[in-house]
Amino acid sequence: MEKGKILDLQAISVSFDGFKVLDKLDFSLDYEELRFLIGPNGAGKTTLLDIITGKTPALAGKAIFNGKVNISSQSEHKLARLGIGRKFQTPSVFGSLSVYETLEIAVGFRDRPGRFFQKLKTEQVECIKETLEKIGLTRKARTPAGILSHGEKQWLEIGMLLAQQPQLLLLDEPVAGMTRQERDKTGELLQAISKNRTVLVVEHDMQFVRQFANQVTVLHQGQKLCEGPVQEVQQDPRVIEAYIGRKREKAA
Amino acid sequence: MVKAKVPTKEILAFRFLPVIAMLGLLAAPLVLSDFRLSLLAKFLTYAIVALGLDLIWGYGGMLSLGHGVFFGLGAYGMAMYLKLEASGNRLPDFMGWSGVDSLPWFWVPFHNPVFAILMAIFIPALLATLLGYLVFRSRIQGVYFSIITQAMALIMVTLFIGQQPLTGGTNGMTNFSTVFGFSLADTGVQVVLYFVTVACLALAYLLCRWLMHSRYGRLLVASREDENRLRFMGYNPAPIKSLAFGVSGGLAGLAGALFVLQVGLITPSAMGIVPSIEMVIWVAVGGRGTLWGAVLGTLLVNYGKSTFSETFPEIWQYFFGALFIGAVLLFPGGIAGFVRNMLDRVFVKASPPKEIPVPVDRNPSGKELESGVEVT
Amino acid sequence: MLAKLVQIITWANFAGFSPLILSRSPVLVTRSSLTDEKEGLTLDELLSQAFNGLSLGSVLLLISLGLAFSFGLMNVINMAHGEFIMVGAYTTYLLQQILAPALGGVSGGLTFLISIPVAFLAAGLLGFLLENTLIRFLYGRPLDTLLATWGVGLVLQQLARTIFGAPNVQVVSPGWLSGGFSPLPGLNLPYKRLFIIGLVLICVAAIYLYLYRSRSGRRMRAVMQNREIAGTLGIATRRVDGITFAIGSGLAGVAGSALTLIGPIGPTLGTNYIVDAFLVVVLGGVGRLPGTILAALLIGVFNTLLELQTSASIGKVLVFVLVIIFLQWKPRGLVALRSR
Repeated sequence: MEKGKILDLQAISVSFDGFKVLDKLDFSLDYEELRFLIGPNGAGKTTLLDIITGKTPALAGKAIFNGKVNISSQSEHKLARLGIGRKFQTPSVFGSLSVYETLEIAVGFRDRPGRFFQKLKTEQVECIKETLEKIGLTRKARTPAGILSHGEKQWLEIGMLLAQQPQLLLLDEPVAGMTRQERDKTGELLQAISKNRTVLVVEHDMQFVRQFANQVTVLHQGQKLCEGPVQEVQQDPRVIEAYIGRKREKAA
Repeated sequence: MVKAKVPTKEILAFRFLPVIAMLGLLAAPLVLSDFRLSLLAKFLTYAIVALGLDLIWGYGGMLSLGHGVFFGLGAYGMAMYLKLEASGNRLPDFMGWSGVDSLPWFWVPFHNPVFAILMAIFIPALLATLLGYLVFRSRIQGVYFSIITQAMALIMVTLFIGQQPLTGGTNGMTNFSTVFGFSLADTGVQVVLYFVTVACLALAYLLCRWLMHSRYGRLLVASREDENRLRFMGYNPAPIKSLAFGVSGGLAGLAGALFVLQVGLITPSAMGIVPSIEMVIWVAVGGRGTLWGAVLGTLLVNYGKSTFSETFPEIWQYFFGALFIGAVLLFPGGIAGFVRNMLDRVFVKASPPKEIPVPVDRNPSGKELESGVEVT
Repeated sequence: MLAKLVQIITWANFAGFSPLILSRSPVLVTRSSLTDEKEGLTLDELLSQAFNGLSLGSVLLLISLGLAFSFGLMNVINMAHGEFIMVGAYTTYLLQQILAPALGGVSGGLTFLISIPVAFLAAGLLGFLLENTLIRFLYGRPLDTLLATWGVGLVLQQLARTIFGAPNVQVVSPGWLSGGFSPLPGLNLPYKRLFIIGLVLICVAAIYLYLYRSRSGRRMRAVMQNREIAGTLGIATRRVDGITFAIGSGLAGVAGSALTLIGPIGPTLGTNYIVDAFLVVVLGGVGRLPGTILAALLIGVFNTLLELQTSASIGKVLVFVLVIIFLQWKPRGLVALRSR
């Protein structure tokens, strides 16, 4: 096992009813890296996140987190406790809990079960207050999460992750469906959140990618097509082929 | 400091309601006849079941169609003590009829009333926790869970009827005489039992309230809203849900034990499918997700049933069927939801109607609906 | 399809059969059993019990198919499904009362044959109505649907009581179904049960053809797999729901018609079978025919054989425990769709 890799996937394969979604994929992330993951629809991006968070078991291959944790033998909540956080593509918040209550859950996940019946510690309350400030929802702390606007829900999700303090953060299309203003604010939040941790972002919005990305990995048909700085990747003929070839198919 | 609390107007309306209700219940023996009082006592034991059901259904989104089993186990636990007490040094009568010549080993400790009461709560709680954990661990939820609990109800009835020498079969257990040495037929004893029931209901209410107002309560609600999301936040929903189910089972067991003391009879049919689903409708009528609603719904439905079912049994059956349909189709929030809406209108006339997240049954991430277990 | 069924049947027989040879415990007679109470077990009795299990399983299959479809399609469990069985049975009874004098008497059997499709139509129509007037308004609220349909079931039961009276009534079986077939000396396979198995085979074959060979069936499978996409492809998903529900209810009606051969019928006829049918749905997994078939036969045979080896009550407990244990290993049932 290489030192200095927070995540190391080797020859991961996943298939559904015989259809290969990931095909012997190798993928790794360094500590404190910000990586973007792009690729046409059906390339296996979300499935890759599912593998890393333990949602989907891999058919074959090895997935190591932090140099020692074998991902495939852990359940989702254990991986989350070990420091893998995930934001889903569509915001999924608990509709009838208030913003404050949601963050309360996010902040307390490492507590012993016995503490679930006691009040939060002072530093946990402080953490919630700070998070509320950061995501700009202090005034909506008592609002049920279900009636927040789409953008606010996304920020609440990011706030949940901030409170959770993960080592490895996975973001699935964080700016999808956002207005320009909301997108800029999300970008700022992302930069704040990616300090001192590894972040993997799946994104379709190329403008957003160009704005924030440094290292980019391109997935295509369950395999890694190429990897490198964003300018290089954009000019790679295979990438152009994958995207345009796809468009041609659609047009036909 | 930011703190999530219920709005002030609701505190006004609801904080004192249980207190007033409590005073009313304490005064009841002065007003009601012995017959009415014992009827009320019976309904109050049902209300304890309803509190437990509300805990798992209203807050946790788990609809149990097998709570009659937990109620029945509690009742049988208590009945075993009462039966031994009534039989003196002899074997319980039904065992003699079935050709049993010595007391079965697990009956022996039930000579002790404290043991019997503890078991009446502990065994249903244990069964509920265990079954819950097995089911929730394999991520079975929604309708699947309901079906499994219903199957449990059917099976338990069959088991208790089939094991006639140990359980008294179809006729169950009756002909009790004394509890702690006091005669059950005595009016004074019945009044004391009534107060015990009221006290148990109050304690059950406070327990549920405390649980639901703690962080644990929020976790339970979160597991109802999106179990999967909770998992990715580092929580394992299975023990969270099993605990609620276990507490709920224990409360039903306590209610069953009190029921036997009041009524003096327990039969397997009290734990079957039909009584189990009736328990659910008490909560549905009262309003799931509010504890006082569950209690109120129980009292109302049972009052209606005892008033009308004997005089107009046929019409009552139709009405009861319609109650199921109406309670979910027209008033998903039950009485509590209705009252809340009214109060909102009275107190905040000016402000626009706000969306109150009524904890009706729903599954926001529609994908999971497709199989009852989570889609991988 | 048929070959598979035969394979399953043989396997199920063997699985239940081998450990039983050692057992000499007295037999308790189950509700599905036709034999008289006897002490001890012989090979013939065993075989005939296994046969009874098979016949119970096939009735369960007929009942479960409708449940499994509507569950796979709309994620609703229809608690009034048992009452559709009852409707089918009473339809058969009613037809016999009305038509038999004109069509060669009660034991001629012609009315019985006619009553099977009529029971299908009656229960199916009722199901269609239920879907259109109630269930579609509760879409996305599976637990509420469960309670509301329970209410419908209560009303239907009471309606039956009002119309036909609370006591059970008897349908006279066709004369040519009395007696049985003896492949071995001492082993008697009643014609009635053979007829039921045959009827179920025909129904399953018809369902198979419908699902995999007709346009309407293809639409149904499409909606089951992905409602949104099927909708965007121009499939009227709500209409598919209605039709599916009607077909499922109709099958319950046929089951009710078949059950008149086995015993008397009453307003609560359906409730005896419905819980087992629910377990079949849980065990079989959703959305695939083979899972439901296998689960129904397993539960039918295990029920009968475990009851035979232990006692009626313990046998039921064992089946339940086995289902729960199985779900620990395969939470999504025997055969399930897998999607990303």
